[in-house]
Amino acid sequence: MKALNPRRILLSAAAPVLALVVAFVVTSLVLVAVGDPVAEVWKTILAVPKPRQAVNIVNAAAVFYLSAIAVAVGFRMNLFNIGVDGQYRVAVFAAAVFAGQAWLPGWLNIVVSILIAMVAGGLWASIAAYLKVKRGVSEVISTIMLNAIATGIVSWLLLKVADRKAGSNSIETKTIPDSSQLEGFKLIPGATNRVYTLLILALLVGFLYWFVLGKTRFGFDLRATGRSESAAVASGVKVPRMVMTAMIASGALAGLVGMPLLFGQDHNYGTTFQSGLGFAGIAIALLGRNNAVGIAFAALLWAFLDVQSNALQIQANVAQELVNIIQGVILFAVVIAYELIRRADKRLEQTRVARELAAQRPAPASKEGAPA
Amino acid sequence: MRRKLPAPLRARTRSVAITASPPLTRTTADAGPPAVELEGITKRFPGVVANKDVTFSVRRGTVHAIVGENGAGKSTLMKILYGVQRPDEGTIKVGGQLVNLHSPSDAIAAGIGMVFQHFMLADNLTVLENVVLGAEKLHGIGDKARREIQRISDAYKLDVDPDALVSELGVGARQRIEILKVLYRGAKTLILDEPTAVLVPQEVDELFDQLAELKDEGLTVLFISHKLDEVLKVADSITVIRRGTTIDTVDPKSVNARQLAELMVGSELPSPTTEESTVTDRVLLSVEDLVLGGGSGRPLLDGISLTIHAGEVLGIAGVEGNGQAELVEVIMGMREPTSGTVHLETTDISDWGTREIREAGVGYIPEDRHRHALLLEAPLWENRILGHQTESPNVKGQLIDAAAAKADTQRIVGEYDVRTPSIFVTAGSLSGGNQQKLIIGREMSHHPKVLIAAHPTRGVDVGAQSSIWDHIRAARREGLAVLLISADLEELIGLSDTIRVILRGKLSGEFDPDAVTAEDLGAAMTGAGEKEQTR
Repeated sequence: MKALNPRRILLSAAAPVLALVVAFVVTSLVLVAVGDPVAEVWKTILAVPKPRQAVNIVNAAAVFYLSAIAVAVGFRMNLFNIGVDGQYRVAVFAAAVFAGQAWLPGWLNIVVSILIAMVAGGLWASIAAYLKVKRGVSEVISTIMLNAIATGIVSWLLLKVADRKAGSNSIETKTIPDSSQLEGFKLIPGATNRVYTLLILALLVGFLYWFVLGKTRFGFDLRATGRSESAAVASGVKVPRMVMTAMIASGALAGLVGMPLLFGQDHNYGTTFQSGLGFAGIAIALLGRNNAVGIAFAALLWAFLDVQSNALQIQANVAQELVNIIQGVILFAVVIAYELIRRADKRLEQTRVARELAAQRPAPASKEGAPA
Repeated sequence: MRRKLPAPLRARTRSVAITASPPLTRTTADAGPPAVELEGITKRFPGVVANKDVTFSVRRGTVHAIVGENGAGKSTLMKILYGVQRPDEGTIKVGGQLVNLHSPSDAIAAGIGMVFQHFMLADNLTVLENVVLGAEKLHGIGDKARREIQRISDAYKLDVDPDALVSELGVGARQRIEILKVLYRGAKTLILDEPTAVLVPQEVDELFDQLAELKDEGLTVLFISHKLDEVLKVADSITVIRRGTTIDTVDPKSVNARQLAELMVGSELPSPTTEESTVTDRVLLSVEDLVLGGGSGRPLLDGISLTIHAGEVLGIAGVEGNGQAELVEVIMGMREPTSGTVHLETTDISDWGTREIREAGVGYIPEDRHRHALLLEAPLWENRILGHQTESPNVKGQLIDAAAAKADTQRIVGEYDVRTPSIFVTAGSLSGGNQQKLIIGREMSHHPKVLIAAHPTRGVDVGAQSSIWDHIRAARREGLAVLLISADLEELIGLSDTIRVILRGKLSGEFDPDAVTAEDLGAAMTGAGEKEQTR
């Protein structure tokens, strides 16, 4: 038997495909029930994206990817960092304020701002980590609370530092200097818009995630803790320290989520800055099974649905929020499918091992444990 | 260095001859069919037989005790009786009727109720609410139910106030609620699993009065315990289980605690393999005056001191829950002792973390391999790394050396005869014996100086058991110091150079495995002979 066996690959592919089919069916039923044009909707969503939309999909996917990786770091050791949403807001605000001051020139300004974002995200996450390690507060509860607090603090600070232009209603931080704005790559021919330069950042983070978790001692300890905390303790992992590290790493990565947007599109942080990225990250990490490549596919799918839904109102006269139903059903179906497949896989493997062993031994010895 | 047994203890060992009374089933032709009758119950789990040919019957209106060591198969048997597990073979009759118990609700319908050792009560609800929970259809949830509870409470003198809040009640009262819950659901036969484990002596006496009350009202009680003096006090007949099978059913009037202890641990103990002693005078592990506080109660470990030399196996016997697990966890650095020291050779390792202790050469075979020794969903080669994440051949610098770890796993699988189709299957798919062989291979591969082995052969089949023993003996010849914790006296006597008994967090003096009898150990383990013992 090889390390990669075809059955397992087939099983891992089956779940997302199955989930997509279920989502397709359920959404169609919803459309039929409310009397919306089913065919028209699917034609719009499943149309081949135009170059411009393709760029938007890649850009959105890059941001989703960073968010999902941040969540996945926690997931791999059974930490549910629901707080990526708050962490990235705090981080992007801190970075935007710093970068807007233009204390440093060009690229240096970008690099230092990104580091500041990571520190800010990590610090914000460390509150939840500290509460969990020292006080036993569930990170789910504390990060949800901290999301609300982050929203409040950032809005409040934004008012203090806002750079108000005459005649404008928008409240935003000082725009970062031109020398620190990233133009983007002309990756897709025929598109007028560009792919974020910081797509590179997403790729780099993905590679590091795969490498650190899969290939290093630290990653082994982290995964061991996620699989069985008691076994990790007995193997010498200091679990509280591990919780602290993983949570802060998750927060630091969450700090990166807003960076492509900040330097590639918005150039400042304001009330219109994209929200809800942290929650999308949770869904995408689940869909991608916490796997660096799986998450990439999941992020692209999510971005594809988001971008394609923009045309729903015009083309099919259906509210674009319909896409939230599709995404929700996919997620539900996939989580259920993964669990079913995990159980089936476990059972199959046990029977297979027993069968192969029985085949090796022509006459299985009596295994009576009670010789009395 | 070996202290001989005190004279009075040795003198008594000769006179024991178990005079088992004839099985009580034959002598009771009075009260119609027995309340419960088990015939040839056998239950197998992969790689091990938990119950084999269990046969006994329980007279109506009696307290019938089931005694046996931990791991003897009592709990599996009770799960079978309560419909949680299904037997592979054998029949169960209740009141003379053949029954097929698929679930606890079947058992309740057949009139069998279970009072668990760990109470299943919601603290924030009242007694009434707890009792009717899940049985709302019987008498509703209001006054009718309250009257019924009051009636049962009065009839069996349980003294339960239906409107008291459970969180305000003591342990004894909570146990009475559990009993009431079972009676409320119409049980005629009650199974009590280690009911005295959580009670203080006065509460135990109260419980026994209540059991007598239940008995007088014609109910039947199955009482599971390993506390022999209590069993002798309360039971009308006693069935002894050893290694998954019923050894005998005896009349408490015709046996004493010593005889019962011997039945429990086996009277024909194997003579220890007369191997040349390899004990040297080089101390490898020494524990001094170790105390581990137990919150408000008595300490979990109470002044434990022991030394193990190179080439020595120190066996610790004891009924589970007397501090063995805590002792291991303190030595392994998983728990901080309240006071006392642990030295590895001459180095004080009391404050070290688990990883440093393992790196320094302490191998660890945990008691619960699923919880502490394996990642069940990870492949074998990753499990080979576990516990040695910082040691060659598993790592190079900060990186995992997967190729070397896989190659070494392959070697372990070959040398330790781990039966597996490959090193890429998950640990959870192997049988218990093969999992354990992998763990032992892993620990031995790092050439430990000291091996902490807790129940190394629990739940493994006979073949794997003897190969695990051989590996421990071989390592001992090469100068390994072993702390062996086991409930299996055969294992302890066969492997140990010295045996000590742990009881309520305290260690007894030393027993010589060549001279010790099961009776001595049984007595020391259960505290049955505590008063006469002078240490």
